[in-house]
Amino acid sequence: MKQFFTFVKKEFYHVFRDKKTLLMLFGLPISMIILFGFALTNEIKNAKIVIVDYSKDVVTQQIISKIEASKYFDVERSLYSHEQLEAAFKEGKIKMAIVFPEKFNENLLHLNKAQVQVIADATDINTATTLSNYVSAIIGDYQIQLLKNKNVPMRIVPELRMLYNPQLKGEYTFIPGMMAMIMMLVCVMMTSISIVKEKELGTMEILLVSPFKPFMVILSKFVPYLIISLINVTSILLLSWLFLDLPVKGSILLFYAESLLFILTSLSLGLLISVNSESQQTAMFISLMATMLPTMLLSGFMFPIENMPLPLQTVSNLVPSKWFYIIVRSIMIKGSGFSAVWKETLILAGITFFLLIVSLKKFKIRLA
Amino acid sequence: MSALVLNNLSKTYTKGAVIAVDNFSLKVEKGELFGLIGPDGAGKTSIFRMLTTLLLPDGGSATVDGYDIVKDYKAIRNRVGYMPGKFSLYQDMTIEENLDFFATVFGTTVQENYELIKDIYVQIEPFKDRRAGKLSGGMKQKLALCCALIHKPTVLFLDEPTTGVDSVSRKEFWEMLKRLKEQGITIMVSTPYMDEATLCDRIALMQTGKILSIDTPQNIISAYPENLYAIKSNKMFKLLKDLRQYENTLSCFAFGEYLHLSLVNDTQTTLNELNEWLKNNEHLNIEIKKIEATIEDCFIKLLNTQNANTGN
Repeated sequence: MKQFFTFVKKEFYHVFRDKKTLLMLFGLPISMIILFGFALTNEIKNAKIVIVDYSKDVVTQQIISKIEASKYFDVERSLYSHEQLEAAFKEGKIKMAIVFPEKFNENLLHLNKAQVQVIADATDINTATTLSNYVSAIIGDYQIQLLKNKNVPMRIVPELRMLYNPQLKGEYTFIPGMMAMIMMLVCVMMTSISIVKEKELGTMEILLVSPFKPFMVILSKFVPYLIISLINVTSILLLSWLFLDLPVKGSILLFYAESLLFILTSLSLGLLISVNSESQQTAMFISLMATMLPTMLLSGFMFPIENMPLPLQTVSNLVPSKWFYIIVRSIMIKGSGFSAVWKETLILAGITFFLLIVSLKKFKIRLA
Repeated sequence: MSALVLNNLSKTYTKGAVIAVDNFSLKVEKGELFGLIGPDGAGKTSIFRMLTTLLLPDGGSATVDGYDIVKDYKAIRNRVGYMPGKFSLYQDMTIEENLDFFATVFGTTVQENYELIKDIYVQIEPFKDRRAGKLSGGMKQKLALCCALIHKPTVLFLDEPTTGVDSVSRKEFWEMLKRLKEQGITIMVSTPYMDEATLCDRIALMQTGKILSIDTPQNIISAYPENLYAIKSNKMFKLLKDLRQYENTLSCFAFGEYLHLSLVNDTQTTLNELNEWLKNNEHLNIEIKKIEATIEDCFIKLLNTQNANTGN
């Protein structure tokens, strides 16, 4: 036992004396959350748009004031000509223009139909789509209001309810995804590098010619990264609660238990990589490939798995982050209990067990 | 019982294409300071790694303290001390932390075996709070030796402990080994420096995985078959070229500021003739003196004989 603590102490020396890595270990989650939470968001706020109203009647005024009231747009009213509009688009001054033709209200009343032109700058597809969707929604909303005042024999009014995330906040998907990614990065990369480092520096040679047990060295490597990851989990939770207004709805205890399981999975994966690589560069490269790509592409965090072709869907079942992502989403956002995530937990535990057994089997007690 | 017994030990790399150790057999008695002497690539490190159970032999067998290197690897790992050729301690840990760590790994404490390392440790103790990565070459070696000794091993394996160390530290290092030997520890040490060979009890001269000769350094030196002369003149490069063409030259090679020469018909007449011949060949300040062979002379001689035998 004393030997084990000495090993752990040694690992902590390594971690805390490498200032750059330490900064990365704790800085990474915080900077990721800040980046994704505030800078890189799909939502658009205060987009500059121009509204050209040739009609200036009651209806257009009402629609415009509705648009103005939304926080998504920064509205400028003017009577630009078509050429002026195009010039404004080309200069990049505006993202969208809404043109109400003359006699909008009259047409609406007499012809039961009026047209409004929405022109968006589609050089940026995401912004263009999002903005035009917002406008359509606002106009559609107004239309429903209009219809209420009239006697239309039949109509279907869809009552939309966005469960668990009524405001369609991006944070709800990226926080769980980010958590999976950070834990993968920290645990997989750091353990694999730190074990390969011993091989590269030759210290493994000395450790092998000693009474130590391989299992103990591995376990002692796990401890510091496990603790660092738990700190990271806590800091992510605090950040998302304080700044993104996204508390954990379910049981915190369950959440930490599941995180612990996922950290163990990642550590085991790191161990497997280290057993199979001879240099720190190789270990780092394999770790990046084995964590970043699958977590981004196949966990469902960025792209829905249901839309993928069947072979990819099958492959995604092997990606631990996918299961963790599902678990975190359930606990954190839906507030589900263990009964909802026991299947995913079991799969994660299975993967962990498998990785651990394989790497312990493959751990070389000799040099070649 | 001998401390080390190697029986036709062989090791090949890249599926037998490279023969690193070729049917190596030797015995080292308890308390002996045994040297493996040979140039880089002679197979010294491979032998160390097999004896410390880090590599499996491809042929033959060996025992350390009576334990088989394949079957009883755990027992061997418990009792030997090993200092690899490359500095292999934790560079980001201080001298004291490294020593404490290795003591604990081996299930002992620094205090328990302090007597053993005291002589060495006092020299680096003033720097005990310095990180190992910031130490000089000699201090690193002393620390590595302390770490390899801290559990009081019965056999100590030192792979090129003096490579990259200044000559004063080298000398100190060998004196430390002598003191350790007096404590009854069997030491196997390798070195590419021929001048260190005479400091061992017995040595094995080796080349490309084969043993050229095993004996005490003194016996190896006295077994040198011919007389050896050191020659010097004002034109050293010309002298070497000339002597290599001289009819009575058996062998001639540069050795520091002298050339080492042995002759075919080694008589006083031949020597006088040589002197005349050199003078006729525009050499001045000629100095010829008879010398005792060094280990390096023996090594070159043995190498030439071996090459002649194998037809290289």
